[in-house]
Amino acid sequence: MSTLTATPKTPETPETPETAVGAASRPVHRVTGRRVLASEWAKLWSLRSTWITLGLGLLFLVAFGVIAASHYTSNIDSGRHPDRDFATATAVSLSLFGTNFAQLALGVLGVLVTAGEYSTGMIRSTLTAVPRRLPVLWSKAAVLGAVALVLATAGAFAAFLAGSRIVSGTPAAMGLGHAGVVRSLLGAGLYLGLVGVIGTALGALLRSVAGGISVLVAAFMLVPGLVSLLPTSWQGHIVAYLPSHAGESVFALTHDPTALSPGAGLVVFLGWTALALAGASYRLLRGDV
Amino acid sequence: MIEAQQLTKRYGEKTAVDGLDFTVRPGTVTGFLGPNGAGKSTTMRMIVGLDAPTSGSVTVNGRRYARHEAPLQEVGALLEAKSVHPGRSARNHLRALALTHGIPRRRVDEVVELAGLGSVAKKRAGAFSLGMGQRLGIAAALLGDPQTVMLDEPVNGLDPEGVLWIRNLLTSLAGGGRTVFVSSHLMSEVALVADHLIVVGRGRLLADTTVRDLVRQAGGDTVRVATDDPARLRDVLAGPGVEITGRIGSEELQVTGVSAREIGLKAAEHAIPLFELTTQAVSLEEAFMELTRDAVEYHGSTTGTETSGSAA
Repeated sequence: MSTLTATPKTPETPETPETAVGAASRPVHRVTGRRVLASEWAKLWSLRSTWITLGLGLLFLVAFGVIAASHYTSNIDSGRHPDRDFATATAVSLSLFGTNFAQLALGVLGVLVTAGEYSTGMIRSTLTAVPRRLPVLWSKAAVLGAVALVLATAGAFAAFLAGSRIVSGTPAAMGLGHAGVVRSLLGAGLYLGLVGVIGTALGALLRSVAGGISVLVAAFMLVPGLVSLLPTSWQGHIVAYLPSHAGESVFALTHDPTALSPGAGLVVFLGWTALALAGASYRLLRGDV
Repeated sequence: MIEAQQLTKRYGEKTAVDGLDFTVRPGTVTGFLGPNGAGKSTTMRMIVGLDAPTSGSVTVNGRRYARHEAPLQEVGALLEAKSVHPGRSARNHLRALALTHGIPRRRVDEVVELAGLGSVAKKRAGAFSLGMGQRLGIAAALLGDPQTVMLDEPVNGLDPEGVLWIRNLLTSLAGGGRTVFVSSHLMSEVALVADHLIVVGRGRLLADTTVRDLVRQAGGDTVRVATDDPARLRDVLAGPGVEITGRIGSEELQVTGVSAREIGLKAAEHAIPLFELTTQAVSLEEAFMELTRDAVEYHGSTTGTETSGSAA
């Protein structure tokens, strides 16, 4: 019980200098950006909440796309006058219907990755290991952004493949070869990846899981509903630049004249992401933990 | 080596740490003592850069902690509050910390064994008892095989076996030439392991001393003597290093620098009758209480007997 210096269990390897008490000869293990990235990668996958939220994100993306496509098809088949919402529907817009819900799951995961460290106290361990602090934020954002991007892109394609099969033979039918479809699906993946990054930034900025999720929901789900109350003359000028609307234009297949083009939408959405990260960096560097 | 210079931390109106100057040297165990709310934890958080000083500075091995390339190899810290994600297993927690420095997996296994966590390493840290949580914190502190080990209230929540384990660990780390800095609000606990003491109260430095000096300063070696002729006894005992106090008109004298035995012999030699001859032994706990009496943040109501053993 009271063995004090750790004796290596394998005496045939005498070169275990970390255990040596004398400090002079031991190797120096420096903190590098790549190592912090590896640490954050390991941290992400060692929590059950990661698997749950990612699973939910994928489920929402695919399941809601399939549900929307099925609903559309049954609506057409029943021969009734199609719903107004469905008048301009395409296989892409139907199968990406789940984006709204998937963004919540991925954004929440982003918030958990940063704000979760504050609520549990883990942040003290993290910042003691990496006292320069900023590499932690970049690594968390990069890891989550990459994972969300890959998952969401795969999910978007899966949803489209399933959805387009369901709506085949209807006016909304569309194949992968159709102009703009692949760009649209990649755009959805990119958008959801960036929502994850914004989630990490909000979590680091607010240091509270509840606060981070509230702002996330407000920005992406409440604000779009509220802007319909604004005067129409504002729509083109301000509304198109809101994170929700700029983000949506990244993966919109048909170009709405009041919305931004996909390229402009992406630039604006990247701008929002950068703003959130800048705020998070500022708070991370200045505040006591 | 930890060096603090005029280290100060204010939270709005309240000054948690007030112009602390101290040095923690390698090769010894330095105890960091003070009542609750004295600023010990805040000081330790500033040492590892979690809190920024309002003014002043603190360095580790000559540099601010954050400036080191391999911080975990400089200082291993156990902080007061839990610093673990409850959803992660002990091993995964240590592994994630090790990865930031590229510390090999083998070392993770070593500290798991060293802290006695082998059987629970795969359990979620949230399910750990207080004592197991402390052991995990200590395992994390030792991960980088650091030059300086800093532990905030390490025996909190440990069972007697764990307390003994900590004591031996601290002594052996200091014996290996490391700087060991350990805080406590219990003098009795620190006195068993510490050679050097830094005592704080209300954020101010009260004493930077050794265990023996602290007792002496608190009047540990005072002899109380009562006699028929205090004036003559004063003359007889007077000498270098001897200090004698006593109220005028009183038969009683307080003498330091001479043992009770010598006083008795001298008095007999000069035929001075003595009525009382008592060595006043002051315990470390009493010395500590005396030192921090005015600095205790929250006084309990002492309607009953004043117990010197109760922790502030």
